[in-house]
Order: sequence, then structure tokens, then C-alpha cells
Amino acid sequence: MIGVPLASFGLFGEAFQFVFEGREAETGGVTVGGTSQVLELAAKQFEVTILALAVAILLALPVGLLLGHYGRGEFLAVSAGNAGRAIPELALIALMAAAIGVGLVNLVVALAILGIPPILTNAYVGVKQVDRASVDAARGMGMTEMGIIRRVELPLAIPTIMGGVRTAAINIIATATIAPLAGILTLGDFIISRNVYGDAGVLAGAILVALMALALEGALAGLQWAMTSRGLKLNRS
Amino acid sequence: MSAKKLRYLLMVALLAMAVGLVACGSDDDSSDEPNAEATAEGGTIESNPENGKAPTLTIGSKNFTEQIVLGEIYAQALEAAGYKVKTDLNLGSETVALAALKKGEISGYPEYISTALTSFYDTAPEDVPGDVDGAYEMVKEDLARDGIAALPPTPFASANAVGLLTEKADELGVTKISDLEGKSQDLKLYGSPECRQRIDCLLGLQQNYGLDFKSFTPVAIDLRYEVLDKGQADLSIVFTTDAQLGAGDDKYTILEDDKGVLPAGNVVFLTTDETEQKAGPDFAETIELVQGGLTEEVMQELDARVDLDREEPADVAHDYLVAGGYIKG
Amino acid sequence: MTDVLAAVDESFFTDRSGGSCIQDNKLFCPGWVADNYDRYVEPTLQHLVLVGSAVAAGFLIAFALAILAHRHRFLSTPFLAGTGVLYTIPSISFFFLLLPVTGRGALTAIIALTAFNLQIIFRNITTGLRNVPSEVTEAATGIGMTRSQILWRVELPLAMPEIIAGLRIATVSTVALATLAVFANGGGLGTEIVTGSNITFKTGIIVAGSIAVAMAILFDGVLLLIGKLLAPWKRVAA
Repeated sequence: MIGVPLASFGLFGEAFQFVFEGREAETGGVTVGGTSQVLELAAKQFEVTILALAVAILLALPVGLLLGHYGRGEFLAVSAGNAGRAIPELALIALMAAAIGVGLVNLVVALAILGIPPILTNAYVGVKQVDRASVDAARGMGMTEMGIIRRVELPLAIPTIMGGVRTAAINIIATATIAPLAGILTLGDFIISRNVYGDAGVLAGAILVALMALALEGALAGLQWAMTSRGLKLNRS
Repeated sequence: MSAKKLRYLLMVALLAMAVGLVACGSDDDSSDEPNAEATAEGGTIESNPENGKAPTLTIGSKNFTEQIVLGEIYAQALEAAGYKVKTDLNLGSETVALAALKKGEISGYPEYISTALTSFYDTAPEDVPGDVDGAYEMVKEDLARDGIAALPPTPFASANAVGLLTEKADELGVTKISDLEGKSQDLKLYGSPECRQRIDCLLGLQQNYGLDFKSFTPVAIDLRYEVLDKGQADLSIVFTTDAQLGAGDDKYTILEDDKGVLPAGNVVFLTTDETEQKAGPDFAETIELVQGGLTEEVMQELDARVDLDREEPADVAHDYLVAGGYIKG
Repeated sequence: MTDVLAAVDESFFTDRSGGSCIQDNKLFCPGWVADNYDRYVEPTLQHLVLVGSAVAAGFLIAFALAILAHRHRFLSTPFLAGTGVLYTIPSISFFFLLLPVTGRGALTAIIALTAFNLQIIFRNITTGLRNVPSEVTEAATGIGMTRSQILWRVELPLAMPEIIAGLRIATVSTVALATLAVFANGGGLGTEIVTGSNITFKTGIIVAGSIAVAMAILFDGVLLLIGKLLAPWKRVAA
């Protein structure tokens, strides 16, 4: 048992070396790893994640806001959330690659599909939950429907909506890790192609992906904090 | 019974025994019966309880269909012979598999003579003997120095090949690899990760054929035809025994290796002397027995059953062993 | 090597010149599925074990954490943050962070899936407990119930709909996520999607994915029913 922690220190050390210097591939010959390859794959992972998240927000947010405002389509909005959770990411990416084709566009579409349900559901719920009195007051003041959504409901729904965005982001970045199966090399390649990168590469990949996910979540949490109006912050549950 | 009748019966019995001995003892003269099932090469595996006392054998393989089927064939055959067998298939490239063998993680795995010579011992492709016996002797010697035993080769041989869609080949007007001269710099080549540094792969194409490609992208071996289908690759490294090449519609073509840079290799089962000793004589005998039926046609059929018919390698191996009469169905 | 005659006879070989649904790798080949569905049985059972273990473990741990945080409110934030970190780290990453400790195998996969579940279940139990109207707990105190009795006989039953909702979310997500267990050598339906040439096999991927979706729907329905049985007075939140 003592051997395990000592040995794992060694593997972590090798992973560290893998990231910063690179090592010889398990398949022999070439050097793999090293900062430039790591940065290249990390940048690609970041790129597809942000693109897919943006597409998901652009598509799901307006629909969710409108449905929530007019109180329509509850079944759609809520079922979307449930259905989205049930999609097996691996099957989605694999099927997309096998049946439709590989490439950035296909990947971003598949990732966006995973991101839309939580954003749609949370936008709907967030807006629906806004205190009716505030909405009526705004209407009474002569605001247009769009104005109400923009200036009353949206700000009040920010915590819930951002919760949905954060969930979507976590789904997307996790699935972007298996993007190499669809031909787009991200940090996940270190994990998936173990027989090239070796256990050191796998561990390095795992650590890097975890750090990236935490960083993204942290950034979005910060964004949520910045966007939440002061009044709501005082009211934290 | 009278003494005369008794003598008569005895003579008949002796005669019958003699006939029986002659019939059983003679080598199967299979050229008389081309359609004979089963015993063309020597018959059913007998389970020997002694083998159960030997240490558990772990059969490994590299990471593509043909290797996995071979691994399953050997594993199931050894099991039928009474050994305790585990499998650790799909290990990775030849360097990964060899390392696993040297570390003792596996008892043995099937390797191509050409791969062993060019990848492990830096033999130049032109120095790889063209005849099986010569190649086997050479690789056996080399491996013996590293403490690895190579069992006798399979009937079939396989080689790397440069593959592409037939319509692309027609478009480019190429039939052999040297036809790619002047055209290759616009073509994207896909191959396994280990292809990059192998002389019977990318290195050989670059050095011996003098070809420069637009790009080389490493990809998992299982995707070698997929990348052609999806248009990611103009050229892809494939194997001469691939089922996809034999499929009806001639969708794929391989270019002729006119400079002999991609030598074919029969498969030899690599193991260690220690394993052979501990496992006893049935180990090598069983392996040599079951691989005897693996002609190129048969291997391609087995590959097809996995890659085209989508059967499981274990089932395909089992069906082969039964059809060959090596185990009872 | 002498001229070798095949050990197998002519009937061994199949004529593939015609092509077929499966040889052409068409999108979905029902014929093949009908003949080969039994190969999905073991991966499905493995998948069930992975999901069942992860959700059960996640529930037990999250429950313990939630009870603790309910008693000692200051623990809420750190627990939420801790489970949040575990939720954020992608499962596939988690498999290999565990590599030096638990190696490859179903256990590693289950630990990672459990870690993913914790925040969802923890949050829902906590919210459920907090949403119990204070009048009810006050009344219970008034009739002389101890804190422990209030928790087990009043608060938890009233929190049941929320808890069940959390379990539903966790279970459905875990079924989908458990397809990744194959990367940790943990088995499951992912083996029929990723191993060997399966990665190109359209019909196979569809079958494996459909089983996963069906499993998720089934679990969701069962939990929904359980929720209705346990809390008939309240409409179970979607």
C-alpha cells in the first residue's frame, strides 16, 4: 500500500514532464507532449467549447425567454431539459462522426445540441418565476413586452439563467474532451490515445481538462456574480 | 467354438486391426480429397489436464481487427488444450506489445515477421528476405538474442499498402506508388501513429520513394477506411489482407509497391523461452496446429466477418476453430 | 513452407459481391439487430451496475452531507463548493485522476460517476429541507418533538418531492455519462460504441445509444412513480 502513493508521485512527475518537455511516444520515435502541443490542443478545446456555448445561448435563450414571458410551452421547455440530460454524449459524437461526417461544424452542432436543453429550461423557469407584481407594474408604466423582458424579467432571472449556462458549459467542455473521436484534436486526445501518449500523457490530459473545466466554471460564476443586480445578491438563499 | 473357427476369427481380427492401424497411422493424404472438412492439417485439440497446472497464459494482440481475431484463435485453442488462459488484446502498436511481452505482462502475441525485422531490428526493406523460410530464420535469430522465441509462421502474409478510393486513383491516374511522384505533395496521407517512424510505412515512402506528402495525420487503425470515405484523407495506409479490399464494389484500391518498400510478413507467435518451458510442449504444438488453416483467403474471410458483417472477434475465432475441426462445435 | 490446403471447406466463405445493409454500413440495419441483440446483454447489465452503484453511493453520501449541513448551517457553503468541484470536473478526466490510486476498472468508473452525482442530490435534499415551512417545524417543536424526530418524521417526508426530483436528474445524467466508463475499462454500453471497429458501426452505435436512452427513461419513470407513492399530497415537481 505504501507503494501506491510513492508510485503515483512518479506518475504525476511524469505527467508534469509530459506537459512541459514532452516524451517519446509509446509507439516510438516521435516526441509527443510538450508545451506547444499542449497549448494547441487546449486552444482547440477552448475554441469548440466557446463556439458551441455561444450557438446554444443564441438559439435557446430567446426561445426560453419568450416562452417564459408568455407562459406558453411549459411542456416543451421542461421536457427539453429532461431529454437533454438523457442524451448519451459518447453515442452522439460517435454517431455524428460515423453517419454525418467529421469536422468542426458538425462537432459544434453536436455540442450545441447538448448545451441547448439546460439553457432553454432555465431561461423559461427563470422568467416564469419572476414576481408577477413587478411585471404588472412595469406593464402599467407603459413598457412594451420586449421592454419588460429586457429590463424586468431578464435581470431578475439572471441567476437561474446563468445556472443553465453553467450546466451547459460543463456538458459541452466534458464532451469536447472526446472530440478526437470526431477528428478534432482536443486535450482529450492525450486521454483517448493512451497507446500513443502513455499513462503519463493520460494523467496529464486528465489534469489539464479538469483545470480547464474548473477555470471555465469559475469564469462563468464570476460573470454571474457581476451580472446579478445588487438587490438579488442581498437576497441570496 | 471349434479350434478352426477360433483361428479363423483370430485372423480376421488381426487383419481388421492391421487395416485399422494402417488407416489411422497414415498421414492424411489430403490432395485426394480437396473438399475434406476438418482434418486437412491434423485434427482436433485434445484437452490435457497437465496443462491446467501450468501458470495462466495471457494472450495479447495489437490494436486492429486481424490481430484481435488471431489473439482470440490462439487463446481459445489453448483453452481447449486445457490451459488457463486470459486475453489482453488491443494493446497498441508493436512497440507497446513487445514491451508488454518483455515485462511479462503477456505470455505472447502474434507479430508480422516484416514488422519485427523493420521496426525492432532496423532491417532495411530490401534486406527483408522474400521467402518465408529465410525471413523466419532471420527474425528468429534476431529475437533469440533478446530472449524471445518466435514460433513457426502462419501460411498467410500481410503487408502495409497505400490505399485510396478507386475513383481517386482513376482521377489521379495512378496504379503504383511511384506514380505518385509529382502528385504526392498535394495529397493528404493518414496512417497509424507508429507509421511516422517506420521504414515500411511513412519513412520508407519518404526516403525510398522520395515522396513528400501535403500532410501526414496519425489516426486510429480502425478508422483507416473511414478517413477515405469521409474525404479527410486522399491516401491511407491499409493492409493487404483487409476485408474491405475484397468487398464486391471495388470501392478501394491499393497501389502496387513497385520498389518493394512495404514487405509482406507472415505472422509468428512471439513468446518467451520461460513461458514455453513452463507451459510444456502442447503450447507451441497447439498454436502451430490452429494457425495451419490460416491461408490468405481464410484470414480475409475472418477479417470480413468482423469488419463487414460486424460479428464479434471471439465468435469469429470460435467459428474458424470449429470449421477447421480443431475444436468441437 | 509447403503448399497448404485450407482446413476449412468451401462453404466457409461468404459471397460478398452483392453488398448488404450491414456490409454497406447503412444507418440502421434491423436484420442485423434481430440476429445480434444478445451481444448487448452483458454491456447493458454492466451499465445497470455502474448506474445503480453510482446513484446509490451518491445518494448515501449526499444524504449524510445534507443532514450534517442542515444541522450545522455553516457547512452548507463548503459542502456545496466541494461537491460543485466534483461536479465540474469532467468524468472522463476523473477516471484518470484516479488512475494512480484505483487504476482501471469498474470501481474507478463508479467513483467518478458518484462524484458527479453528489452536488445534484446534495443540493436537492438541502433545498427540500429548507423549503419545509417554518410553521410546520415550529408546530412540531411545540408538540414536543426532538430535533431528530422532526428531521425524520416531518422535514424529510415533506422534502421527499424535491429529493426524488434530484434523484431523477442524477440518475438520468448518470445513465448518459456511464457510457464513458469504457475509457476507464469499466465496461458498460460504451464498449459497443468505441471498441475496435465499433466506432464506425452506425447501427451498433444507434442500438447502444438507444438502450441508454431507454434505460434513462425507465429509471426516470420508476422514480417518478416512487415519488408519487411517497408523497401523494404533493404534485411532484418535474
